[in-house]
Amino acid sequence: MDLTSPNGQRALLWIRTIAAWLVALLIFFPILFMLLTSFKTELQAIAVPSVWIFTPTLDNFTHVQERSDYLLYAKNSLITSVVSTVVGLVIAAPAAYSMAFFPSRRTKDILMWMLSTKMMPAVGALVPVYVMAQTSHLLDTTFALIVVFMLSNLPLMVWMLYSHFKEIPPEILEAARMDGASIWGEFWNVIRPLALGTLASTGLLCLVLSWNEAFWSLNISAARAGTLATLIASYSSPEGLFWSKLSAASVLAIAPIVVFGWFSQKQLVQGLTFGAVK
Amino acid sequence: MRSLARLLLAPAVGSLFLWMIVPLAMTLYFSVIRYNLMEPGEHAFGLENFRFFVTDPSFGTAILNTLLLLGSVIVITVVLGVLIALLVNEPFPGQGIVRVLLISPFFVMPTVNALLWKHMMMNPIYGVLAQVWRAVGLTPVDWLSDWPLLSVIIMVAWQWLPFAVLIFITSLQGMNREQLEAARMDGATWLQQFRFLVLPHLARSIAVVVMIEMIFLLSVFAEISTTTGGGPGDASTNIAYLIFKQALLGFDVGVASAGALFAVVLANIAAAFLIRLVGKNMDR
Repeated sequence: MDLTSPNGQRALLWIRTIAAWLVALLIFFPILFMLLTSFKTELQAIAVPSVWIFTPTLDNFTHVQERSDYLLYAKNSLITSVVSTVVGLVIAAPAAYSMAFFPSRRTKDILMWMLSTKMMPAVGALVPVYVMAQTSHLLDTTFALIVVFMLSNLPLMVWMLYSHFKEIPPEILEAARMDGASIWGEFWNVIRPLALGTLASTGLLCLVLSWNEAFWSLNISAARAGTLATLIASYSSPEGLFWSKLSAASVLAIAPIVVFGWFSQKQLVQGLTFGAVK
Repeated sequence: MRSLARLLLAPAVGSLFLWMIVPLAMTLYFSVIRYNLMEPGEHAFGLENFRFFVTDPSFGTAILNTLLLLGSVIVITVVLGVLIALLVNEPFPGQGIVRVLLISPFFVMPTVNALLWKHMMMNPIYGVLAQVWRAVGLTPVDWLSDWPLLSVIIMVAWQWLPFAVLIFITSLQGMNREQLEAARMDGATWLQQFRFLVLPHLARSIAVVVMIEMIFLLSVFAEISTTTGGGPGDASTNIAYLIFKQALLGFDVGVASAGALFAVVLANIAAAFLIRLVGKNMDR
């Protein structure tokens, strides 16, 4: 068949469409399966072969709330991720601004050093942070989680903001400076409108990262300050055997952030590309 | 102006410096004392902890596993990511929905990812994979016991593939269409277009994907701790999990701290490699 003819083109489009849908469904399948399982009874959940048509039940979801107070964990997740992101932006934005527009000889070294702190595996700091949190009675508090989340996202935030700020032409700033704008006026009136998108995408990414953060939440929080990641881990045994309850808890834990991610994917990817993709 | 600029930098630099130096100093201190949470008191211990950690047979396995995990996930996500991005780049019916489906796993938290795969996908009796295996006439695999490291690699790759796809899609959209058109006119084959136009265009975003994944994958933890627990034996223990085992399961802070210093050294080797990679990208 001639692939350049209109018929060939149409055939190609069909092949591409089917292949793309197959790949997408294959990758999405585990999530779909979990979503379905959360509406099954426990017996239906482990049926072999898997049940695809059944009367959905909401029992699992009520069970999750009753057994482990889902709303408390959701509240902790929300507070820790939002506060750590906002505080992080407040600290990172001025730093990125300063490095992008007033570079010094050491700017590059500072940036590299910041990135290298992110490379240090969290586990390297686990014992000291655990001991510090314990001696200051901050173990299992949202405060400790916020500080740790903020610090571990800070290098990425500075980097993302910096790489986007650098794309703002310095001439704009010079013009503002000629007009006698103060450094604050410059930041607020010139940079902020230009950088709002960048701030949003950086914030979004950090929100997702903090919401899904598992290492610190598993190790320095528990029943009081625990996030949804902690709640799910508590289902690993022995309730892990109860698939539909595990699924219901999981769906509740990921639904907010997955839906959030769907709506903000364009913004997110802009932050993630470090200005390398245009 | 200068000093004000420096003042703006201070909070970020200061807090990161503390975040780095305080744990590091404490780790250094712990690593040379005998500090076991089960035995009260701290004694000077010299370099015994290091000897203990390094001669621990788990150490070599853990380093190897860390690198295997990192390397295979990066290769899988970059190769498949480029292919999938190319597949969904041109418009087709339902492109928007396909994109949403494709990126979803990136937003699934690691603990959910781990439990979902452990139970519903990889269970040797009820799991979906076991059903597929039986359907094609194979004996179902007990994934977590027989292929523990591979299982963890699959979970982590499933999470990070969407990330790579997302970045590559965005990059492809910025490609110069006229150039591709011209190449096609001149009779360039699909492979030639890919090799000489698409791949060079993607180079920078591939560097970004490798960089971010390295940062996050050196310390994979939740996927291991909620599924295999590092086992069977040390088959799926990486450095991060080994240190965790020493510290919080073995209560031996001294040895764990010595291990943590190794992790820091390993991270710095990786960072040095990365910085050369990224450094090139920064000077545009």
